[in-house]
Parts: sequence; C-alpha cells; structure tokens
Amino acid sequence: MLRLEKLVKTYKTGDQALQAVDIEIPEGQVLALIGPSGAGKSTLIRCINRLVEPTSGKVYLGNVELTRLSSSGLRRERRRMGMIFQEYALVERLTVMENVLSGRLGYVGFWRSYLRKFPQSDVDEAFRLLDRVDLAHMADKRADELSGGQRQRIGICRALIQNPALLLVDEPTASLDPKTSRQIMRLICELCKERGLAAIINIHDVALAQMFVQRVIGLRLGAVEFDGPPAGLTPNVLTAIYGEEDWEATIEHVDDENDVALQ
Amino acid sequence: MSNSTFDVQKKIGKPWNKPPLVGRKWLRWALFSAFIVYLILAYMTIEVNWSRVYVGLERGKKFILAFTNPDFTSRSADIWEGIFESIVITVASSVVGIAISIPIALGAARNLAPLPIYLVCRGIIAISRALQEIIVAILLVAIFGFGPLAGFLTLSFATIGFLAKLLAEDIESMDRVQAEAIKASGARWTQWINYGVQPQVMPRLIGLSVYRLDINFRESAILGLVGAGGIGATLNTAFDRYEYDTAAAILLIIIAIVMALEYSSSAVRSRVQ
Repeated sequence: MLRLEKLVKTYKTGDQALQAVDIEIPEGQVLALIGPSGAGKSTLIRCINRLVEPTSGKVYLGNVELTRLSSSGLRRERRRMGMIFQEYALVERLTVMENVLSGRLGYVGFWRSYLRKFPQSDVDEAFRLLDRVDLAHMADKRADELSGGQRQRIGICRALIQNPALLLVDEPTASLDPKTSRQIMRLICELCKERGLAAIINIHDVALAQMFVQRVIGLRLGAVEFDGPPAGLTPNVLTAIYGEEDWEATIEHVDDENDVALQ
Repeated sequence: MSNSTFDVQKKIGKPWNKPPLVGRKWLRWALFSAFIVYLILAYMTIEVNWSRVYVGLERGKKFILAFTNPDFTSRSADIWEGIFESIVITVASSVVGIAISIPIALGAARNLAPLPIYLVCRGIIAISRALQEIIVAILLVAIFGFGPLAGFLTLSFATIGFLAKLLAEDIESMDRVQAEAIKASGARWTQWINYGVQPQVMPRLIGLSVYRLDINFRESAILGLVGAGGIGATLNTAFDRYEYDTAAAILLIIIAIVMALEYSSSAVRSRVQ
C-alpha cells in the first residue's frame, strides 16, 4: 500500500538524513520506527507526505507516485495521509472543534472553511470522533486549555477525520507520562484496527513499541538496520541500532492486561 | 563521565566569574575608553548661548503659565474642527494602512514567501520606514495641496512600514509545527494562512493595530505643522498669533486623547491573549 524506493534525503548542511531506504507496508499494517535521535525517523515520515522534500527516490501510495506530484495533486494525496505529531501540534488559539475540523480543509473550499461553515456530515463525524476519545464535551474549549493526553487525542481525531488510508505518527508519546503514553498508543492501534489503516509510528520507547505493533523497523544513521517482528529485538539487535548498553531491562515483557482503556 | 583534558581540581575552592562579553582584555579596555573619550568630545561640541537661553526662559515661562488658564472658548470652533479632522485622518489612515500592511507582512515573512516576493515586500517596508513622516507629508502637501488628504496619505504610508515589519517578524517567529499540521491535512495556501498562521499572530496584530492608531493620532497633530490638516494646523496658527492660552487648550486636549488611547490600548492588549 505504501512503498518507499531508494529514498534519500540530504539536507543543505550536507547531513545525510536518509540513505536509500526501501520499505514496503501492506494494507492495515501498524509499523513502529525506532532508532536513536538523529537517525532520520522524523525525516522519513515527513518525506512521505513531503513536508520535507526528498532528495531522490520514490514514494508510492497505492498506485500514485507521491514524489512526482504537482502541488495540487500533492494536496489531494495528503488528504489520504493523516499525521499525528509530537507535542500534538494543535493550533493552540483555535477551539477543539476547529482543530478537529481542520482535518477536513483538504475537502472544503476556502470561504466555507473561513466562515467555519463545514458540511453537516463533517460536523457530525467530528462529534462522533470526539465522543470516541471521550472529549465531545470539550468541543468549544480552546486547545491550549487541555492537558497533554487530551491534546494528543484531539490530534488523533484531526488525523482521522481526513478519512485517511495511512497514518503518519511522529513520536506520539514523547511528552506524555507512562500511563497516558500507553493509552494513546493503544488508542491509535485500536483505531487503526477498526478502520483498517496502515500506520508508521516513530517511537523512542522500545518496550512500548513491542507491546503494540506487529512490525518494527530500526533505523540507524538513515539506513534500515532491522526489519522484523517485535520479538526479534534481541540485545544484539538493539546494540546494532543504538550502540552498546545493557538491554535486558528494556525488552523485559511488560504485563499489560490490567491497564484499563481510556478513562 | 569526565572530560580528561579538564582538571576540575584546579577549579575547586576558587570563585567563579561570568566570562566577559569581549574576550581579549586589551580590546575590552580599548572599546570602553574610546567610548568615554567620544562622549566627552561629543558634549564639548554642543554650543550653548546662555544669554539667548535667558531671554528664552521668559517666553517659556509665559507659555507654561498659559496652561494655568487655557482658553477653550474663544477659538472653540477652530479647535473642534481641527480635532474632528485629526480623528478622521487617524481612523481612515489606520484602517487603510493596516489593510495594506497585512498582505505585505505575509510577503515579508521569509517562512511564507518565496525569495522574490520577500525582497519586494521588504523593499516596500524599507522605503516606508526610511522616509520620515514629516518628509513624506511635505512631499504630499506639494502634490495634493494643503488639507487632510495629504495627512491621510502620509499616515497610511507610514503605517505600512511599521505594521508590516513588526507583523512579519511575528509571523517569522511563529510555531512552525502548528502550521505544518494544517499543511499536512491537504489545506490550500489560503486555508493554511487562515488556520495555521492567523490564529498564532492575531494577538500581536490586534495589539500593534491599536498601538498604531495611537501613534497615528499623535502624528496627525504634528503633520498639521507642515500643512497636512488636522489639529496641528490649528495649533500652528495659535502659536503664530502668540495665543498661548489657546495653544495650551489644544495641547491639553491632545494629551487627554492620547492618554485615553493609551489606556484603552493596554486594556485591549491585556484582553487578547
């Protein structure tokens, strides 16, 4: 469904963020991207929706080659890729509802969005999604009044209302406490399952990734170092990705059964 | 983890000082003494004619005493006409100036505009800022004749340089990720500005606009001195006729209005967060 071919990104400063990355992701697969800071995880997912322009290589979403699209074609394809950000990236001075509806901007015209007159179906869907994450009562609050976990749930709604085929998730739990992190990861994975979405999740927390995803890719210096099931992350593999360290505590199996879903 | 080349033992037990701004000691002292010498020389070039000051003091006293009995009545028609004209100039030039400034500010923000547009918009701002209001007013009075039209055009022009520059700087320092999130949804450029950029810079835009309104009123009082209409024209006439009591009345009104604007602008700014 998503295919990266020899994707290269070299920044103007000469930093090689990605060197010839090949990845293929089938329909509905949730994939975790791990690796040390600076390994190119953020660059990789930003090259997919071209918030960062790749230097060379190809990205296919379905049959469409994203890397060749003109700006209007790119806008159309971006609607099929929902993005969830580190630090939430909600527009702080807009209301929760405006933030969620901003996910529909690719589908409505300028004046409609300017006057905040979105189609009824969009508004209904926004309320349904907000209710799904237990925040429907917050619709008219300003985004900066919310807690971190709540903001990230709004961020998830904003990505989902696009009705995407793929989620690009950049460090969704980086600024959340351990419990909220698990809830957010669980929510993202549940929603992907419900809707049959594929997802790429950048994540620092290896144990958390192992807990929720079917496939893990380890990046190191902009190249794929590991690609396999979470169980394959042995101390040797982690040393190859991150460098020498005592890994036994990190990959210990975490019992997750008693941790209830969102409250 | 310890750095092998850094010997901590030498530092322990000794006071710590902030590293100086200029590293080299001789350069630091040279800069400092050059500044002092310049300051002394500069003050020595100012000539004061003390006998002239003595004569002037008398006139100054008369002027200040006029404030104790300002004359609002004998030229009240002229005064109110002037005030009204100043307010019209202020409001009209602020509205037009701000409306033109916003697109220029968007173009002058390096994170929004491509280089050619950026350079053109920065150029407009530079021209507007380089030409002082009085100079522009003298030019426009020469073109359009005496009266409020010249004042209105001058202040609209001056507003562009002020507002577009400061707004563009605010846009450049906005949170990139919030705007990026809007872009990632497939929004078109205008929607991106409306959802990703505008909410972030709105408090600054409102604050600057109210402040500029305040400045434009004060400037409109000065522009009258070069014939560009408004209360300044009335004030100038009063001075020319040595009617210090009428001049005092006009100045008191200007002070009152500026203070009212000052208070309301700080009230507005604290409300918009």
